[in-house]
Amino acid sequence: MAHIPNQYNNVPGHQTSMPGPFPQHNQIPPSQVPGPVKQDGNFNPASIAAMNSQTNHFNQSTNSSPAFNHPGMLPPLPTSLQSSPMRPMKTTVTQNQLQNIQNIPVNSGSPHPSNPSPFPPNIQRPQINNNAPPLISTSQYNQPFMNGPTTGPIGNVNHYPPNSSSFSPTPPTNLPPTSSNYGPSSLNSNYGGNQRLPMSSMPPGYSQPNVPISGPPISGPPLTGLRNSPVTTGPPGNLPMTNVPNISGPPVPPLGPPRSNAINGPTMMGPSTASVHSQMGPPKGLPSGPLSLPAGPQLRQPMPPNINPPQHQLNNGPLEQQGYIAGPPNMPAGKPGLQSGPVSGPPMSHSGPGPASGISGQNTNIQNRYPPMPYTNLSPQQQMQVQQNIAKQFPTHNLYGVTQQMSNLSVTKQGFDQLWGHQMVDLMQCKNILPEYLEEPPEIKLAHQFAESPNCSSEIFRCTVNRIPESNSLLQKSRLPLGILIHPFKDLNHLPVIQCTTIVRCRACRTYINPFVYFVDSKRWKCNLCYRVNDLPEEFQYDPLSKSYGDPSRRPEIKSATIEFIAPSEYMLRPPQPAVYLFLLDVSQIARESGYLQVVCETLKTNLEQLPGDARTQIGFICYDAHVHYYLMSEGLTRPKEMTVLDIDEIFLPSPESLLVNLGEYKDMVKELLTILPQRYSTPGVPASALGAALQAAYKLMAPTGGRITVFQTCLPNIGPGGLHSREDPNARSSKDVAHLNPATDFFKRIALDCSGAQVAVDLFLLSSQYCDLATLSGMSKFSAGTVYHIPLFRAQRPWQAEQLTQMFTRYLTRKIGFEAVMRVRCTRGISIHTFHGNFFVRSTDLLSLPNVSPDAGFGMQLTIEESLSDLQQVCFQAALLYTSSKGERRIRVHTLALPIANTLPDILHAADQQCIIGLLSKMAVDRCVSASMSEAKEALINAAVDMLSAHRLAQNLPAGAAAAALHAPAPLRLLPLYVLALLKRKAFRTGTSTRLDERVADMCLMKCAPLPALLRVVHPDLYALHALPAHAHAHAHAHADAPPPPLPPRLQLSAERISMNGAYLLDDGETMIIYVCHGVSPAFLSETFGVAAFSQLPDEARSLPKVESEGNEQLHALIEKLNDDRPYPASILILRDNSPSRQLFTERLIEDRVESAFSYYEFLQHIKTQVK
Amino acid sequence: MAFSFPAFSYIIALIVDAFLIFFSIFHVIAIDELKTDYKNPIDQCNSLNPLVLPEYLLHLFMNILFLLSGEWISLLINVPLILYHIHRYRTRPVMSDPGLYDPTSIMNADVLTVCQREGWIKLAFYLLSFFLYLYGMIVVLIAV
Repeated sequence: MAHIPNQYNNVPGHQTSMPGPFPQHNQIPPSQVPGPVKQDGNFNPASIAAMNSQTNHFNQSTNSSPAFNHPGMLPPLPTSLQSSPMRPMKTTVTQNQLQNIQNIPVNSGSPHPSNPSPFPPNIQRPQINNNAPPLISTSQYNQPFMNGPTTGPIGNVNHYPPNSSSFSPTPPTNLPPTSSNYGPSSLNSNYGGNQRLPMSSMPPGYSQPNVPISGPPISGPPLTGLRNSPVTTGPPGNLPMTNVPNISGPPVPPLGPPRSNAINGPTMMGPSTASVHSQMGPPKGLPSGPLSLPAGPQLRQPMPPNINPPQHQLNNGPLEQQGYIAGPPNMPAGKPGLQSGPVSGPPMSHSGPGPASGISGQNTNIQNRYPPMPYTNLSPQQQMQVQQNIAKQFPTHNLYGVTQQMSNLSVTKQGFDQLWGHQMVDLMQCKNILPEYLEEPPEIKLAHQFAESPNCSSEIFRCTVNRIPESNSLLQKSRLPLGILIHPFKDLNHLPVIQCTTIVRCRACRTYINPFVYFVDSKRWKCNLCYRVNDLPEEFQYDPLSKSYGDPSRRPEIKSATIEFIAPSEYMLRPPQPAVYLFLLDVSQIARESGYLQVVCETLKTNLEQLPGDARTQIGFICYDAHVHYYLMSEGLTRPKEMTVLDIDEIFLPSPESLLVNLGEYKDMVKELLTILPQRYSTPGVPASALGAALQAAYKLMAPTGGRITVFQTCLPNIGPGGLHSREDPNARSSKDVAHLNPATDFFKRIALDCSGAQVAVDLFLLSSQYCDLATLSGMSKFSAGTVYHIPLFRAQRPWQAEQLTQMFTRYLTRKIGFEAVMRVRCTRGISIHTFHGNFFVRSTDLLSLPNVSPDAGFGMQLTIEESLSDLQQVCFQAALLYTSSKGERRIRVHTLALPIANTLPDILHAADQQCIIGLLSKMAVDRCVSASMSEAKEALINAAVDMLSAHRLAQNLPAGAAAAALHAPAPLRLLPLYVLALLKRKAFRTGTSTRLDERVADMCLMKCAPLPALLRVVHPDLYALHALPAHAHAHAHAHADAPPPPLPPRLQLSAERISMNGAYLLDDGETMIIYVCHGVSPAFLSETFGVAAFSQLPDEARSLPKVESEGNEQLHALIEKLNDDRPYPASILILRDNSPSRQLFTERLIEDRVESAFSYYEFLQHIKTQVK
Repeated sequence: MAFSFPAFSYIIALIVDAFLIFFSIFHVIAIDELKTDYKNPIDQCNSLNPLVLPEYLLHLFMNILFLLSGEWISLLINVPLILYHIHRYRTRPVMSDPGLYDPTSIMNADVLTVCQREGWIKLAFYLLSFFLYLYGMIVVLIAV
């Protein structure tokens, strides 16, 4: 079956029929990148070969340049550097720097010993494929239908919905009377009857932690089990692979149906605004008609939807024009015609309310009664700001029961608002608030000077507000959280990598040179963070393309906001460490019962070759139950030798060496060990786990080198140092306030800090079948920059769980890894970082110590404005990640983000990025849960939404909450209440519903360190209608391979109202995709998609999608693959009938509906409305 | 002029207070070093934490002397600080060693600000109370 290459899966698995449509990093086409740029090591040879057609035409020029040689050519070229036309070049350029991808020598130590001459400064490093390709097996899709046992408390039957009629909207019985204009159908359809969950009964054996050790300890010398085991030395079963070039698809949201564009605002303008209009071009993305709405009956949309499919082409010209015009007022903008923009604006905004106010007696339109914030004080730049990303669906304020002729009047104003990007939405009126496709963050519009500069991709670097408030008081007024989210080590397909003898940095603040610096002249540059004027090294002025000195702005450092340097030896405190992996395997009684060891050993054996590393890679294993077992693999031995240390209180290493062995030299022995281990520990064992002692041993083993410790834990560690007791009270799982979110002991934190100091990261796979006190255990990963993976109630006998673990672990093993990393985030003077979120240790005010960095780790930072920024034009953030690649190279990845300044409240509110805000809010709420209490955290989340709406009310001078029927939100923040509600219903924060403490904590860990797209999916899952799929994508089903891939089906709101009883739905929450089949679905659909004849033949709970030779099935598979494309490993699949016992898994994610202990969306809005002041 | 027990307690209080002033100066400097990136938070916490309990105990000891000698005014002035110390130690992070400062959370700007403010306020308090004790000692000594 086809497998889509994705950005994680850089050695694509199978030939593709669809290019991956997901947004890639802001790419620099190679043809534009001058000499020293090369593509990142993420590339595989095939893709590089595919790139050659693009790269060749500049290879030609760079080849002959002295300092650069071309990137990306696959065969090892006999490249001899030619001498510089300007100065003779020293011949110290070593040949080993000019090798091609396949044979990279180990550069232990400084790769570039000494090159005293500044010329040639830029020695092209070879293309390095240092990222072992993550491999995602595609066989997962081919599993037969499995009717797995229900998991734990899930088995409780929830009578919801009791019958089919409950899906149809019921009369709004619980709506407050103020909702008379809300429409005939209630948002809040009651699921007829009480869906009270029975208190979930515990799975048997859940509370049996402290079992005393019994039986004599197993001791010392190699056991016979080891000897008798079969030796498997064959090559591991590699998955078949074909190389596919990395296809970097365009971002996915634009791939959807063309954005509609209703430009009716400006057409209503008077003649005086015509000049403004003509200068500004048509505003982009004005809210469009209801064409995309699923026919909300109460929506009245007076604007004719001018559908404008080729919108991008249409708007490109005017937009560029805007970019030039939009200078701050004190900029010498030059053209006299420009002045008319701001001047003519305000009169119109005053005249707008004039005629309208006469009618306002019978009109509820607040806009007409109250002249909104007069825009006279706006700078032209702000007036020109036209938001690109106003979504299509929301009705603007002309919706509130205005008659046709009135809407004509308000349209003028509306046009202005749209022109300035200041749209509002009445949340109470706007039922279909969810856009069909995920929105892009608000556009960043920098001042004239940098309007063309490439900014950092929003996937890597994102700020909660895309225009920074100029002062702290303004920020306080806006009540928005200010912070940034970074995904610094994201897998990128196009990353310029350069190597030079001197990396140009500011002498004062050590900022790396970036696209937003100001060149005073060709010899000096002004730092954009501290404003110091620095000298440019001469080599930087050399332009490799024209072979001349001069304009330094053609350098890749200036052309790309994301760049990677190969660091010279100044950036090393010690020689780059080798890749060292140590696996800590729990072999206690519960672990043996769960059978995870088999799965893990198999997966590891398969992926040994794919482990990132070079010839120095080391590997080791420690097993632990009541004792700690080491595995000695050394020269003289034919088999691994087990050594058991009985004394767990004073742990020591039984052998000074050979516990960590070179993977290349001892691969056979490692494989043998992996074969033996599951059998060795298949007999019943000791019900005790000495995790603390094992961790201490691992630390002792790893401390000299650094590396990665992977811990598999299945039960509560109950003996030895760091022993824990069960704290969870199963009866309090649904209580209002949650206790024990804090660690019970700081043992794991201290060992994590020790590890962090020794450049060791600890990753935890918690495959628990009982309470394991993750709140305490997670400390070992949290402070050592590790990751926590949690599969609750794991049993290897359940194939889907084994599959999930395999995929998770495969991705974990094969993904890129950076060792001994530090990340520093620098901000423009006046802004400082307040709090960090994520897994790391904060070593100083802006420096994070990351012993390991993985491509799946995200970070968040809260910012404070310490000084007034009003004299600045923009604010910059620079994140620099210094790491050692698995090939032993020291590299620096630098991301720079620049944001403009705003000086009015409406500007800030309308530049807010609601997705980023919710990402930051969730992290802050997790912190609050731990430091204060769950109820306080939930209160704070609600207050965040209330504050935001209050600030907007103040800014727009709207009447107070009780007086008005409407609840206005600025358009870019209109989803925030929905997201907050979704967050409150997440496992981490929900109360009243039975939630295991470990799952709650695991969810919190995820929120702290997941990158934003994954986090959003977890918070607000995507719901797609499957029965509508064929009509949607039919045209593309047999399209040619290079035709654009079929767009994703539109997202549905998460409400039972959207669930028709003759439909089938797919709910994607990142970890799982639940396919929910309603009983009224047509048999044709069933047979075509699932290969069953009737609804009753569907199993209660299936864990894989059967493969049927039919179009519908193919499409569904294609859809699932596409959804899986941008996540680290494929989501597991669960097919449910609407009368399955565990359908609650699906219905509990319909977050807009009321559950017994939480608001529905409409109730939530009502609640917020009463609090908005 | 009589060398009474109150006079003795004031003399002890003066000596103890001098130590407390040194402690709080050290505290302020240490937090400031953290703020300006001079020190690693782990090392800094390791040097700060052992001093927390001695400081609290010294302060408590001084006040017990006041209590025994019946110097109610001096005692009353110190009661809020004692209560604050007890509160602070009760709500400390989970730690196995004595102390207050957790290297993983101290770099949070809020925590750092609180610590620094606490240091300055305590320094001012100890300085002022030093003169108060001096005055109290003289009063007690010259009283007949």
